Amino acid sequence: MAKLTPKERMKIPRQGMPERDADERNKDFKEVNLGFQKELSKLEADRCLQCKERQCVAGCPVGIDIPLFLEHIAADDMEAAARLLLDANTLPGITGRVCPQEEQCEMVCVRGKGKGVPVAIGHLERYVADWARENFDLKQILDKPSGFKVAIVGSGPAGLTAAGELAKKGHDVTIFEALHEPGGVLVYGIPEFRLPNKVIESEVNRLREMGIKIITNVVIGRTFTVSELMEQEGFDAVFIANGAGLPIFLNIPGENLKGVFSANEYLTRVNLMRAYDFPNYDTPVFVGERVVVLGGGNVAMDSVRTAKRLGAKEAILYYRRTRKEMPARDEEIHHAEQEDIIFKFLVSPVGIIGDEEGWVCGIECLQMELGEPDDSGRRRPIPIKGSEFVTKCDLVIEAIGTRANPLLTATTPDLKVNQWGYIEADETGATSIKGVYAGGDIIRGSATVILAMGDGKQSAAAIDRYLRDEKKTPSSAATTGAVASS
Amino acid sequence: MFRILDARQLASDVKWFKIEAPLVARHRQPGQFAIIRLDETGERIPLTIADCDHEAGTIELIVKAIGKTTIAMCEKGKGDAITDVMGPLGMPTEMENFGHVVLVGGGVGTAVIYPLAAGLRKIGNHVTSITGGRTKELVVLEEELAKVSDRVFATTDDGSYGYKGTVADKLKELMAAKDRPIGAVYAAGPVPMMKALADLTRPAGIKTIVSLNPIMVDGTGMCGGCRVTIGGKSKFACCDGPEFDGHQVDFKELADRLTAYRQQEKASLDLQTQRRCRAEAKLQAT
Repeated sequence: MAKLTPKERMKIPRQGMPERDADERNKDFKEVNLGFQKELSKLEADRCLQCKERQCVAGCPVGIDIPLFLEHIAADDMEAAARLLLDANTLPGITGRVCPQEEQCEMVCVRGKGKGVPVAIGHLERYVADWARENFDLKQILDKPSGFKVAIVGSGPAGLTAAGELAKKGHDVTIFEALHEPGGVLVYGIPEFRLPNKVIESEVNRLREMGIKIITNVVIGRTFTVSELMEQEGFDAVFIANGAGLPIFLNIPGENLKGVFSANEYLTRVNLMRAYDFPNYDTPVFVGERVVVLGGGNVAMDSVRTAKRLGAKEAILYYRRTRKEMPARDEEIHHAEQEDIIFKFLVSPVGIIGDEEGWVCGIECLQMELGEPDDSGRRRPIPIKGSEFVTKCDLVIEAIGTRANPLLTATTPDLKVNQWGYIEADETGATSIKGVYAGGDIIRGSATVILAMGDGKQSAAAIDRYLRDEKKTPSSAATTGAVASS
Repeated sequence: MFRILDARQLASDVKWFKIEAPLVARHRQPGQFAIIRLDETGERIPLTIADCDHEAGTIELIVKAIGKTTIAMCEKGKGDAITDVMGPLGMPTEMENFGHVVLVGGGVGTAVIYPLAAGLRKIGNHVTSITGGRTKELVVLEEELAKVSDRVFATTDDGSYGYKGTVADKLKELMAAKDRPIGAVYAAGPVPMMKALADLTRPAGIKTIVSLNPIMVDGTGMCGGCRVTIGGKSKFACCDGPEFDGHQVDFKELADRLTAYRQQEKASLDLQTQRRCRAEAKLQAT
């Protein structure tokens, strides 16, 4: 088949992602995006000019060879596309759905210059990942066993990625997960309608097939300490990827009233514990009629869209800056607007009001205006004196951010942390303890899935180098066998 | 899966379990708890670890059958399994030699103070334990406490057994005894009980440590569902507690927050009862 000329490619418009109807989808938890079909994918892949600049590759935190990937799709060689994708990216069905492509690969795509529209790289990644899940058995080839054992703390994106990379290098990998299901924020934080659990399950199983062990219900910092992992359980290196799961509360009056949640609690009940299916699942959650969610990031979006789906008549988002400054993914904001989410900008809460029975019945806020940029580079919100107003509501969700959970660092005294409790690590993830590396939100603060994965890849490479070049001999510590017998 | 190695009824609605959970048992110290999930559709609930055997890799849990999960758990016996057991969680009890300590347990709260007795005695405390219940059938662990305490008193509100009165009444009596002043009180039980004890000891300046029981989801500090107000500041019971200075606790707020899911708890229990009635009816019909 003759290759397209650049002119022909430029003529192809960006193919839209088929979505479920907004009024239908905002009442259940099934996935919003329906996915490309094969012909649509080939057409979209042909929009790539196969340009010399290839800035998209540098824009990808896990360095996927995007132009080659797109070429394979356009040539209908899905197996080659899948192989390339899985070689660079352990969790493509996940990143294809949750990456902020508009800030990464698609931001630098030359098709997006001027009035142009970038190639839908994210949607194509999702297509190939989903195709691979159904049609392609990778049979990952692993290097021969190295004799080294690596422990990974946390089964979120950083931990899962590091595990995959280390297993490919022949190392014996065990992931320790505190909760009862692997996935970390992927499974407790991101809702089904954005990232179905079956996608996560399938990608985690691919890792299990590589011989990676996942032990749930183990809290490193309580069940074992990091030093015990190395000194008593025979691990030669440890990668700490336990996330930044400590919810930030505003410390305003009324925060402990019934009906006030951290987004973490609200989403964990619904996503991990499947409270949307109560009472078939035992964990309950509140269904407010008029729900106010505080925040402007992806977690706030997830929370307010979940509240709508659970049955809120009005699901309202309160953000202290404007739409332009919202850190949430474009697609999420766009989907939320379609789903009847009410947005109120330039407001900040000062107190939560309760009724005589201790339930939330309102929230008092101040109007804000934007001043000079702050440390984040965004314009600082400034309260307007005397502008207090009260909104009636029966559920308040605080999605204003999370910080490092001190549970692990508190029992690892030699591990250097900064003033915020994040682990200090160099560009490879090396910490102040030899053989101990860290990556993901625990080193950078709450950020994205893909950045965590990038850390996982980098640290896995660094750990591999450390084991082969520095450590050289696997640990001969007589293990208590506690892990092996569990 | 975590196997139940042994189980025994302690009272009509209170059951004792010995569970195989080697990783939980390894480091467990008195005062810590575990989070369990019975099966795939189950909720996560915290249960105090009443005892453990580090070498054998077992933990002991004492459960009162009140809601859907605890009722279902109390129907399990030796040989059955629990899907998830996670721990040990929470800050271990700070053991100090106060001279004379009084441990007060109300109902199944006695399972919470029982693990503290041996450790406190070991470091030199004279340990007086009080186990109270509304009526004789609801008093638990008297025998077990007698083995690890210097004195044990059982109390019943209705006088059907032991001392007639509440645990607070008994404590008041002990406080009045000049021959053995009390250095500290450790208490666990229903919120009104813990509040009453704290109110009693506050004017006397007797250090009072209470073990709080808010609703929990993850148990590792990532959701904030278990937040309590201590001395005006918000703390997470799962990580900063579960033990706190009783004189600083906002008991009213805790009691209130514990009622949050009453409706859902009832719906869950009703559904379980309905399903069982239907299943029984089906069996009878065959």
